[in-house]
Amino acid sequence: MGVVDDVLADGIGGLSHNVITGRLEDLINWSRSRSSWPASFGLACCAIEMMATGAAHYDISRFGMEVFRASPRQADIMIVAGRVSQKMAPVLRQVYDQMMEPKWVISMGVCASSGGMFNNYAIVQGVDQVVPVDVYAPGCPPTPETLIHAIETLHQKIEDGEILRRRQQTGAGANIHVEEIAATSTPVLLGTK
Amino acid sequence: MSATTIRDEGAQEMRTRSELTARELLREVGSVLRMSEAEAAKLGDLPDDPDEDQTMIINMGPQHPSTHGVLRLMLELQGETVLRCKPIIGYLHTGMEKTGEQLTFMQGGTNVTRMDYLSPLNNELVFSMATEQLLGIDGDIPERAVWMRMLLSELNRMSSHLLFMATNGMDLGAVSMMIYGWREREEVLRFFQKVTGLRMNHNFIRPGGVAADLPPGWRDDVLRLLEVIPERLDEYDILMTGQPIWRERLQGVGVITPDEALALGATGPILRSTGVAWDLRRDLPYLHYDQVDFDVIVGSYGDAFDRYAIRLNEIRESMKIVRQILDVMPMGDYRIQNKKVTPPPRARIDESMEALIHHFKIFTEGFKVPEGEVYVGIESPRGEVGCYIASDGSPTPYRMHVRAPSFVNIQCLPHMMRGGLVADAVAVISSVDPVLGEVDR
Amino acid sequence: MSEIDLDTSSDIGGMPAAPPEIHGCPVSDSRGQVVLHPGRDRYVDVVKALADEGYAMCADLTAVDYLEYMRRPLPVGVHPERFEVVVNLLDITDRRRIRLRVQVPADDAVIASLFDVHPGTEAMEREVYDMFGIVFTDHPDPSRILMPEDWIGHPLRKDYEIGKIPVQFKGSHS
Repeated sequence: MGVVDDVLADGIGGLSHNVITGRLEDLINWSRSRSSWPASFGLACCAIEMMATGAAHYDISRFGMEVFRASPRQADIMIVAGRVSQKMAPVLRQVYDQMMEPKWVISMGVCASSGGMFNNYAIVQGVDQVVPVDVYAPGCPPTPETLIHAIETLHQKIEDGEILRRRQQTGAGANIHVEEIAATSTPVLLGTK
Repeated sequence: MSATTIRDEGAQEMRTRSELTARELLREVGSVLRMSEAEAAKLGDLPDDPDEDQTMIINMGPQHPSTHGVLRLMLELQGETVLRCKPIIGYLHTGMEKTGEQLTFMQGGTNVTRMDYLSPLNNELVFSMATEQLLGIDGDIPERAVWMRMLLSELNRMSSHLLFMATNGMDLGAVSMMIYGWREREEVLRFFQKVTGLRMNHNFIRPGGVAADLPPGWRDDVLRLLEVIPERLDEYDILMTGQPIWRERLQGVGVITPDEALALGATGPILRSTGVAWDLRRDLPYLHYDQVDFDVIVGSYGDAFDRYAIRLNEIRESMKIVRQILDVMPMGDYRIQNKKVTPPPRARIDESMEALIHHFKIFTEGFKVPEGEVYVGIESPRGEVGCYIASDGSPTPYRMHVRAPSFVNIQCLPHMMRGGLVADAVAVISSVDPVLGEVDR
Repeated sequence: MSEIDLDTSSDIGGMPAAPPEIHGCPVSDSRGQVVLHPGRDRYVDVVKALADEGYAMCADLTAVDYLEYMRRPLPVGVHPERFEVVVNLLDITDRRRIRLRVQVPADDAVIASLFDVHPGTEAMEREVYDMFGIVFTDHPDPSRILMPEDWIGHPLRKDYEIGKIPVQFKGSHS
């Protein structure tokens, strides 16, 4: 009976009893990373590049991600593509909350990551103030290659399971605790001289 | 950050009929003009004042796959029929006009190019033209720069309309069209990347000219584009224009009359679809559009199909213009040789202290622009994009306002949707082709 | 201060042999563009009269807060105020443009709405209200348009800070 150390190298033909043993966690992580469906959360310029990534030339379906889900319930990854305004931030958080566990977030572009060149009253200075971000893709807008690199990085992270372990330890992630402000309280004053 | 608080937008949202004044109601059902009796009779099939328990107000967006970004619509429905519609915008408000007051005229291009991210070069162009007019150098821009601007502007119109083809197809369920549209746009973007270094948000057209000369081999690239795209457009015709499903979905949907379009300030393909031949390139020519030969495409019914056909044929007209530009593209400077506006070339900085100081000053302080205020409007793929700049004599604009065509065009939505079906609402949004970055700025 | 120097040779919005006053309003010339300075009380009437003359489309309506630039050049007889509502009209038959600059005082930032003449100004007036706090009387929907409804302040006013937040670098301990 043959012993298969590496299925990818030896091929399934090396298996005489068609059995692979491994940790269940590895298998789950592998399958999660290979079919992580993104929620289509296009906001600004980056959304166009995100859609370009999904189109024929860059072909995101090579990574099992061509199914952009309109409903957050069916999505695993939220790609925050573009600048997040103060008006949009509550909506973004709501969409994130509606996603099922486990879920991941890619912050695409500098505006989503840090506010970018728009350091002003209207833009949330980094989407990580609203949702936990796993991978930041730089660029304005990031080219599809950059986005694919970010996706690959995230897949790697999903496969080694590190993100979920860390979230469990620190209580971050979906259990992130945000102080709720009562609707009746006065809004925070921004920017009056 | 009140992250988990779900906040509604109060008075910005659609309210029930009992809470509305008559004026508000009229606007939300999309009445623009006083109607003739015939028109009023035509609308008579719709219930004028339906019971509130028969209607339903639904919310669409801001996170919805067919709203082209973060547009939010509230629709009042009776069954499948749209009775009222109210667009709620601002979900992408970026404070660009405020930021524009902080950036110098030199840096301003980076700001405006991110407004209409599907036609960034047109936005840069209008900002540069306004700045040049304030500086009084608008007549001295080198010929090559002017023709380069036209070339890029037309190619940008092509890429923008190709993207419209893709999204319009996607919204109506012709998903293969989406793949094809992106494929062709990719071809144009490849040329942009070669010329400007970026696929989007180029900041290439700057006050005084353009940032760099055309790279070697640009002519072959453009010629290849002109060879590839016409065939593909013919494929679109086969795939969509003559196709019965496509026509059924678009013809007679989202109709608007010329009077209404004018009253609402609509420009671009929306106005032209009603039969008003208004194209700033021809009617108030800028750059050298008076020296090229092209047709203004107009529709006759003002429906979504006309708007589709206009955009499809505008790609062809743009290619016609690009061909003529190839014939006349002169040699020479690509930016004005005016020390005040143009930084010294990189090579001079190593030799001359003066050039270094000058370079440093232009990029840190910027150049001073004389007092005054000016409005310049050009034809972007979506309509008239205008730039109003008031200068107080400092290197930053005192006020920089961009008249965004999508922002004005989106007001047509309530009118176009009234009496249509929910499924047609998607076709209507798509045919207006709003870019939310520009709507909200 | 006066700039009644009509350069009619320009092709951008130039009107042939325009008189120094149009509909009783001082006219100035800004880089070859015709600018009218109607008073706040006559503003809607002037727009109506212009609409009858052919300026059938309102291309743009915006405002400027001149708090830090009160010494701007204006024609004789126009008293500078803090706010200025700027309206760009378009005549698509004669292919010309005209601009109106209306002075609006800070302590009474109210102006009549153009909605009845040009329904297309509806969103633009809401934007001006949102950004500058200028109230348009008789506007059908006087609510904010870009900012959240409970936002305090009007961002494009000059005494409103841009709202820059210093960049924070978070520890990379995760």
